[in-house]
Amino acid sequence: MPMRFSIYRYDPDRDARPHMQEYELAEVRPGMMLLEALIELKRQDESLGFRRSCQEGVCGSDAMNINGRNGLACITPLKDLKEPVTLRPLPGMPVIRDLIVDMEPFYRQYRAVKPWLTGETPEVEREQLQSPEERERLDGLYECILCACCSTSCPSFWWNPERFLGPAALLQAWRFLADSRDQATDQRLSLLEGNYRLFRCHTIMNCVEVCPKGLNPTRAIGRIKALMVKKSV
Amino acid sequence: MNVERRKFDALIIGAGGGGLRAALQLARADAQVAVVSKVFPTRSHTVAAQGGVNAALANVLPDNWHWHMFDTVKGSDYLGDQDAIEYMCRAAPKAVYELEHAGVPFSRLENGRIYQRAFGGQSQDFGGEQAARTCAAADRTGHAILHTLYQQNIRARTHFFDEYFAIDLIRDREGYVLGALVMSIESGECLLIEAKATLIATGGAGQLFRTCTNALINTGDGIAMAMRAGVPAQDMEFFQFHPTGIAGKGMLITEGARGEGGYLINREGERFMERYAPHARDLASRDVVARAIATEVREGRGCGPEGDHVLLKVDHLGEEVVAKRLPGIRELALTFLHIDPAKEPIPVYPTAHYTMGGIPTNRFGQVVAPVRHGPEEPVPGLYAAGECACVSVHGANRLGGNSLLDIIVFGRAAARHIVGFLQENRYHRPLERESVERALEHRARWDRKGKGEPVAEIRRELRKVMEEHCGVFRDQQVLSEGLDKVKALAERLQEAVISDHSRIFNTARVEAMETENLMDLALATVTSALARTESRGAHSRIDFPERDDENWMKHTLCFADGRLDYKPVRTRPLTVDPFPPKPRVY
Ligand SMILES: Cc1cc2nc3c(=O)[nH]c(=O)nc-3n(C[C@H](O)[C@H](O)[C@H](O)COP(=O)(O)OP(=O)(O)OC[C@H]3O[C@@H](n4cnc5c(N)ncnc54)[C@H](O)[C@@H]3O)c2cc1C
Ligand code: SF4
Ligand code: SF4
Ligand code: FES
Repeated sequence: MPMRFSIYRYDPDRDARPHMQEYELAEVRPGMMLLEALIELKRQDESLGFRRSCQEGVCGSDAMNINGRNGLACITPLKDLKEPVTLRPLPGMPVIRDLIVDMEPFYRQYRAVKPWLTGETPEVEREQLQSPEERERLDGLYECILCACCSTSCPSFWWNPERFLGPAALLQAWRFLADSRDQATDQRLSLLEGNYRLFRCHTIMNCVEVCPKGLNPTRAIGRIKALMVKKSV
Repeated sequence: MNVERRKFDALIIGAGGGGLRAALQLARADAQVAVVSKVFPTRSHTVAAQGGVNAALANVLPDNWHWHMFDTVKGSDYLGDQDAIEYMCRAAPKAVYELEHAGVPFSRLENGRIYQRAFGGQSQDFGGEQAARTCAAADRTGHAILHTLYQQNIRARTHFFDEYFAIDLIRDREGYVLGALVMSIESGECLLIEAKATLIATGGAGQLFRTCTNALINTGDGIAMAMRAGVPAQDMEFFQFHPTGIAGKGMLITEGARGEGGYLINREGERFMERYAPHARDLASRDVVARAIATEVREGRGCGPEGDHVLLKVDHLGEEVVAKRLPGIRELALTFLHIDPAKEPIPVYPTAHYTMGGIPTNRFGQVVAPVRHGPEEPVPGLYAAGECACVSVHGANRLGGNSLLDIIVFGRAAARHIVGFLQENRYHRPLERESVERALEHRARWDRKGKGEPVAEIRRELRKVMEEHCGVFRDQQVLSEGLDKVKALAERLQEAVISDHSRIFNTARVEAMETENLMDLALATVTSALARTESRGAHSRIDFPERDDENWMKHTLCFADGRLDYKPVRTRPLTVDPFPPKPRVY
């Protein structure tokens, strides 16, 4: 059975404006994922640009807007998609070419939360201890693959990209706040103070709905807010 | 030479675990480092590693580095270099503690220490009871390690060139490597990065085979670049087929699934590994289990309507173990098979997984090649670490959990050696025009217009040929046919063209250059496999079923022109007695 696609095309050297291009895939194999379809379409048209690597939803390369919803092409089954399958780059990001966006604004926010463990210098010849319960608090946080599906579907992020850190970066902020080994709680919280960096989240929950890893940035943001309140009284 | 130039003390090509571990070490030593990667660092394939990293921490069962060393030598089918293996196994606990200190969220035991699981080929007391040596962060250990190393590198202000594609090394007439020509994928512009020392950490070449566990970016670029710069590729005939890829698709189901108590069954429901490895059973070495599965299927005991796979059972472990210890593979099985492993067995078949061969190095990460004085003369200014390198700690068959260890131990070792090298080589050497021009020509080759076959078709055929002619079982006829076919494809690639000549983020051009690299490695792999008339580790010849230590306990070196050379295995460890070759039973 053939399947129809409508794909956002833009090459800044050639096109004055972006346009949608129609494609048809002659044969859809059972169980086929969207990324496989894109690779097939690229055989028809080498100029079609998209990022990809692992093909199994762990590297975060191939996030795109699929029929209006952000997701990873490699773990999106074709059979669930309405035709024509409409593919656009992640919303709210500068487009480099076709489905490829400039991720730098997203990475900048990630770096802004100082996403690294900051602790006392541990003894060299053994591990720092952490109980299974303490470790469990990191589940649902450390698995983020930095795909940007969440942040680029967050209205607060679109409107204040320079000031609101967005769900992915805030999830990472909480990942380190929640780590029993981390000693930088106060610095981390003061980084997030002010009206915007954290507080622009209006719990619209788009981020939770689209995260391909089933993570919950909204909950993490709520936890940071709660911790701030607790620290300030 | 109309190309922009940048100068650094050290250049690292590759931002997987190997490259990032080295970068961290160099940044801490206040060297100026550039890290070039064709994808954003956390998208490197280390992110996909599941099961864990080996170190004799003895957190769960008694253990020590010497037992780990024994297992690694035996696992390598005695092709591993024992000095490097001793070094790695001794360094392992400290390397893992360093990762923990850097922030890796390892799973934990009740007493707060790092969780360790059983993996294949591990034993206590030199071949005794099963050991538990693999330190795990659930079944997402690679992700946990890669993200942590990236985070620490941002903290250390390492200079990243993200989405830059390395094209070729620059080497002068005296043999010094002076950096590399790279290309910004976004702008299509070339950039010449001059460095006093260059480290290749470009990972493996699983894309040689149609069904593989590797990412699309794993095209062995660094190994091919080294070959073009005159360095031979070592032991390329040893390619690991992982026993448990998802049948027909290739995604990996970690050995950790068997480590947690899972096992394999054939169509009769028989636990067939008991016949092949009575002692270690499902946790025998990978080559042994992969051959057993392939044999079951060949002899008609495969499962499914086509009888083309076997089943991996973990459902008896219970919901909680699967949810806690194997959440990643559960997600994979649900996504790609609509199967919940906590309820149903998973169809699996051996899948191309790991490049044991690669750029020859010593245990300091220096690239070594036969030049004037013996087979292991360091190439000045050139280092390699990680899956692209062949130290060789894996020999003819890598043990699960030893590769994440390899990348962090030798990433660090190479960086430490580079620090010393930088002290003795304080200035950049002058560039020679020719070498840069050669590299620029290579880049320009894909500007050619006109009629010609598309590259993508050649890449597809190559992967199919490799799978059919250089798979789990090999013989003279299948291999020599394979060699002819690869040569024919190489000729077709000469004439191929790409139709997209745009400048900005031209992925067709990148894929064409990757295909050239794959082609060079395919030639080296089949040529080396055809010449080796014995069976050892992952290289299994039906026509020569025995290991032949008298004639073949040696490393293969294959040059870009197909010429073969050999060098002895380093059988002398650093401090302990050697492990002499013995029949390998599990
Ligand atoms: C699915 C899977 C599971 C695994 N599980 C385990 C496990 O549990 N335990 C274990 O020990 N091992 C495991 N392995 C093996 C292990 O993960 C790899 O061998 C290891 O991560 C390789 O790391 P690396 O740093 O050498 O290379 P990679 O992580 O592959 O990184 C290569 C880097 O080089 C860059 N690069 C490549 N070519 C170029 C170029 N031309 N220009 C610029 N940059 C380039 C890439 O962008 C990337 O940054 C697994 C492997 C797979 C595939
Ligand atoms: S919940 Fe907050 S972070 Fe998530 S989409 Fe809504 S506003 Fe954005
Ligand atoms: S939280 Fe989820 S959606 Fe957001 S970047 Fe991480 S993995 Fe992607
Ligand atoms: S290709 Fe890696 S997440 Fe889709």
